[in-house]
Amino acid sequence: MATATTSRAARIEVHGTVQGVGFRPFVYRLATAMGLAGDVRNAGGHVEIRVRGADPELAALSDRLVAEAPPAARISRLLVTDLPATTVPEAGFRVVASGAATGAVPEVPPDLATCAACVRELFDPADRRHRYPFLNCADCGPRATVIEDLPYDRARTTMSRFPMCSACRAEYLDPANRRFHAEPIACADCGPRLAWHPAGADEPADVGVDALAAAEDAIARGGLVAVKGIGGYQLVCDASAEAALTRLRAAKHRPGKPFAIMVGDLRAADRLVPLDEEAAALLGSPARPVVLLPRRDHAPVAAAVAPNLPVLGVFLPYSPLHHLLLADLARPLVVTSGNRSGEPIATEDRPALTRLGPLTDGVLAHDRPITARYDDSVCRVVAGRPTTVRRARGYAPAPRTLPVPSPRPLLAVGGHLKNTVTLVDGDHAVLGPHVGDLADADTLDAFHETIRQLTRLHAVDPDVVVHDAHPGYLSSQYARRRPASRRLAVQHHHAHVAATAAEHGLRGPFLGVAYDGLGLGDDGTLWGGEILLASLTGYRRVGRFGRAPLPGGEAAVRRPARTALGYLLGAEPLGSPAPELPADGPLGRLPRGEVELVRRMIDRGVNCPPASSAGRLFDAVACLLGLGGAVSYEGEAAVRLEAAAHGRGDLRALAWRLVRRDGLWVYDPLPTLRDVLTASREAPVAEVAARFHTAVAEATAALVEQAAAATGVRTVCLGGGVFQNQRLTRLVLDRLAALDLTTHLPGQVPTNDGGLSFGQAAVAAAVLTGG
Amino acid sequence: LGHGSGGQLMAELLREVIAPALGGAELVEDAAALDLGPARVVLTTDSFVVTPRFFPGGDIGALAVHGTINDLAMRGARPVALCLAYVLEEGLPIEELRRITTSVADASRAAGVPVVTGDTKVVERGGADGIYLTTTGLGVPTADADPSARGARPGDLVLLSGPIGLHGTAILSAREGLGFEAEIASDTRPLHRLVAAMLAAGGRGVHALRDPTRGGLASALTEIAAASAVGVELVEADLPVPPPVAAACDLLGLDPLQVANEGCLVAVVDPAVAPAVLDAMRARPEGASAVVVGRVVDDPAHRVRARTLVGSHRVVDVLVGEQLPRIC
Ligand SMILES: [Fe+3]
Ligand SMILES: [Mg+2]
Ligand SMILES: [Zn+2]
Ligand SMILES: [Zn+2]
Repeated sequence: MATATTSRAARIEVHGTVQGVGFRPFVYRLATAMGLAGDVRNAGGHVEIRVRGADPELAALSDRLVAEAPPAARISRLLVTDLPATTVPEAGFRVVASGAATGAVPEVPPDLATCAACVRELFDPADRRHRYPFLNCADCGPRATVIEDLPYDRARTTMSRFPMCSACRAEYLDPANRRFHAEPIACADCGPRLAWHPAGADEPADVGVDALAAAEDAIARGGLVAVKGIGGYQLVCDASAEAALTRLRAAKHRPGKPFAIMVGDLRAADRLVPLDEEAAALLGSPARPVVLLPRRDHAPVAAAVAPNLPVLGVFLPYSPLHHLLLADLARPLVVTSGNRSGEPIATEDRPALTRLGPLTDGVLAHDRPITARYDDSVCRVVAGRPTTVRRARGYAPAPRTLPVPSPRPLLAVGGHLKNTVTLVDGDHAVLGPHVGDLADADTLDAFHETIRQLTRLHAVDPDVVVHDAHPGYLSSQYARRRPASRRLAVQHHHAHVAATAAEHGLRGPFLGVAYDGLGLGDDGTLWGGEILLASLTGYRRVGRFGRAPLPGGEAAVRRPARTALGYLLGAEPLGSPAPELPADGPLGRLPRGEVELVRRMIDRGVNCPPASSAGRLFDAVACLLGLGGAVSYEGEAAVRLEAAAHGRGDLRALAWRLVRRDGLWVYDPLPTLRDVLTASREAPVAEVAARFHTAVAEATAALVEQAAAATGVRTVCLGGGVFQNQRLTRLVLDRLAALDLTTHLPGQVPTNDGGLSFGQAAVAAAVLTGG
Repeated sequence: LGHGSGGQLMAELLREVIAPALGGAELVEDAAALDLGPARVVLTTDSFVVTPRFFPGGDIGALAVHGTINDLAMRGARPVALCLAYVLEEGLPIEELRRITTSVADASRAAGVPVVTGDTKVVERGGADGIYLTTTGLGVPTADADPSARGARPGDLVLLSGPIGLHGTAILSAREGLGFEAEIASDTRPLHRLVAAMLAAGGRGVHALRDPTRGGLASALTEIAAASAVGVELVEADLPVPPPVAAACDLLGLDPLQVANEGCLVAVVDPAVAPAVLDAMRARPEGASAVVVGRVVDDPAHRVRARTLVGSHRVVDVLVGEQLPRIC
């Protein structure tokens, strides 16, 4: 016990993700347990503790703050300064209510999965919240999806319409209770209720406990049910019910893209996908993302869940409602976003009933409004590291720090597909949740709404707008029209590698390897297989893939067979002959008229934009190997090519060749394509697919090696959608490591176009700073 | 300059270079109505540059007559007379000039709009590409009708007089030798009689008229939406795209909504008069297959959207420069 004579006072500032995660109650309990006097408050974006005690106690407090922090907290920095002892009371520890923010950018905390303590209560018959689908505490529950305004306080959430009962209020006001200031606190007496609308019914047939039972009954009988989740409506069915899955695919107009499966716990997950430590940690993390993992051979799910793919997307329950569904039904469930393919996920009850009602056996709704649309996040372990495929619920909109702060508030509007936006104030970059593909009119509305919401909540009025250099992107068109004092265009692939660099705190110079489908280059051609010497402020192209025409532009992207024809009939001459057009196989089976038309289009340059794309080369090879001449979702051919190689080791490369053109090293894809055709006559597809991956990895390492030798730069940043391919990424990392280069991969920021806005923001901040 | 393909860059060129230099003239419409004291006239001019000069369904001569007549008609005017100016490149075969001029004469006679004056210049080889035609048209406004790009109101119906995509695909196919010539011919034709019938049936209820030439239906509707400060919602399933055009667009990677037309019009019509207007259209050969393709809605962003076959909505927008894929 500290005495007045031996004690002194200190201020401890805790920075990082510390608000909305139960940090103040945690500090209260810790300090009280240690017998320390003082107080704790939220101040701006951080937590401030004033405390009295002896030196060893103060040191112990600092250590324990870090070691025992709540699961969702992420402490980036502790700042300890001395205070005059008299400024801190001698006895007692208080939690001070949030004052107005003190200048710093307010934060919207991401949603948190139900914590272990709450799950125990949920299934404890003696607990007063036994089986209550909306229980939560200061450590868990909805945040970003219920916040109407900041600072984060119950009065400014959608929970304000549920007056607390006296029991809840007592817990809410008791600093010793783990529900102290749990803003969405609720119980069956005072909180939201479930409502069950049987197929097509406008008015609920059941509420509360009966509603849940009715929905579970429908699912158990092999039906399809819409469920109002945390960030939007979801469609749910038994993962082994073929008939329900067929209906689901028809309802969503989604013929082939895999569905995510929710399982009760890690043990159930392990029955579908073998779990290692990384995967288990990611599955169990407070963000509870969908994790893409290699499936077990006889995983007990219907084939229609992920047709012909060796990978399953698996996740764990993250709300009490999901816990109840999984516990009661005791089987893997398909849980997918409640929308038609390409449309934004439904969040409002009326449209959901109208749109999803007729497609399902019923809608399980509730009366807690969703203020912001948050899809489930999707992650993947690549080369032993967690990476983000889709950043939404649980992650967004937690701010990330930019290596170069922006002198002016700015808005980066991202790409055209997989759109996200990033709002910047100083070094604070708020990367918003996944919006989707802007060609869909409703998604474009959601894009506008997301920008309105983020700027309003964060009270940032951006006067600089940053966009992709492609003028046709609907995001670029928005940027042109939005009033701004300055507009900056950032080249697509520069943004990709800048996103990686910025995530790792680098300003450059670094070598950027940007592999994706297509982005507009600064020479008017389409890029997608690029080696850049870059910093945050600029870049120079130092290497690339050979070009091929895309006959019909986007038509070629939808039909890899046309891309393959583009390579075989019109690839940029780099000194090696093009292989003969095969008389058999997928190209041989094309209608003769189509082949001749494509030949003519290429000769005459009719809608045949040239592209130096890595992603399109994967498409072409997938087609030549008979893995599909058309795709129903972006990147499908490349996904199939990676899947085809599944199980094969690191096989020797197919032929590849670099040539020097106009001062750049260029990977000539034609020898590789010829080898694909020759090898596939004898060897199984799996082997050729694996050897193709090796060839691209070796060519990449060679391109980077040349660039490193020429520039002396030894740090490499990978970026672009192609690096969602685990096999390629692992092979590239191995080879670059063998060259003694330091290589960075994006982790928190999506490597696909979902990360573009963050890269654009990082570039713009650095450019505005002037170096 | 890289503004040849129409669309947004052309619009910017007009807005930022040409209109300001002409004293801020508003160039929203394709023809201007002038008040000359007792008389009112409508005036328009258009230059024609097309490769090839002869194509299935027409030639540059017919196009020069129809294009200008149609621009007058879209302002609700009755075309009265045309002026014709030639710019000829040295070396153009006289036979071609004769054929083209005969075609001009035939088209003008068939339309009942005489060519009353003109001009001819010859430039040296390389100074032009064969032949350019400029036609200026004079018309008189129809009493009790004033269709304008600014006239669309929420609730109006969007009517289309006939199939789309024919002219653009026919020209492209003929120019590049793509082999669709046998199945696809240009729809070039005059629309002033169709318009007269529509105005007789709908009067001031015909709010806006546009011939969706360069930039296609997408451009025409985007311009109307912007000028009228409204949104437009199309129903994709109701768009008349002839199967050969659909097939060609699919193979060539073109959006039929963005392909040029020379023989159809889009009308924005008060729902109260829409049935009468539609009947009047269908009673004429050039409007025989007229259909309702959408409606005007309230939209602060002035967007054009199309309900797709699967029930979602896609954004219909105007080409920006060359068509480059936006898919990553
Ligand atoms: Fe990209
Ligand atoms: Mg005109
Ligand atoms: Zn909890
Ligand atoms: Zn309560």
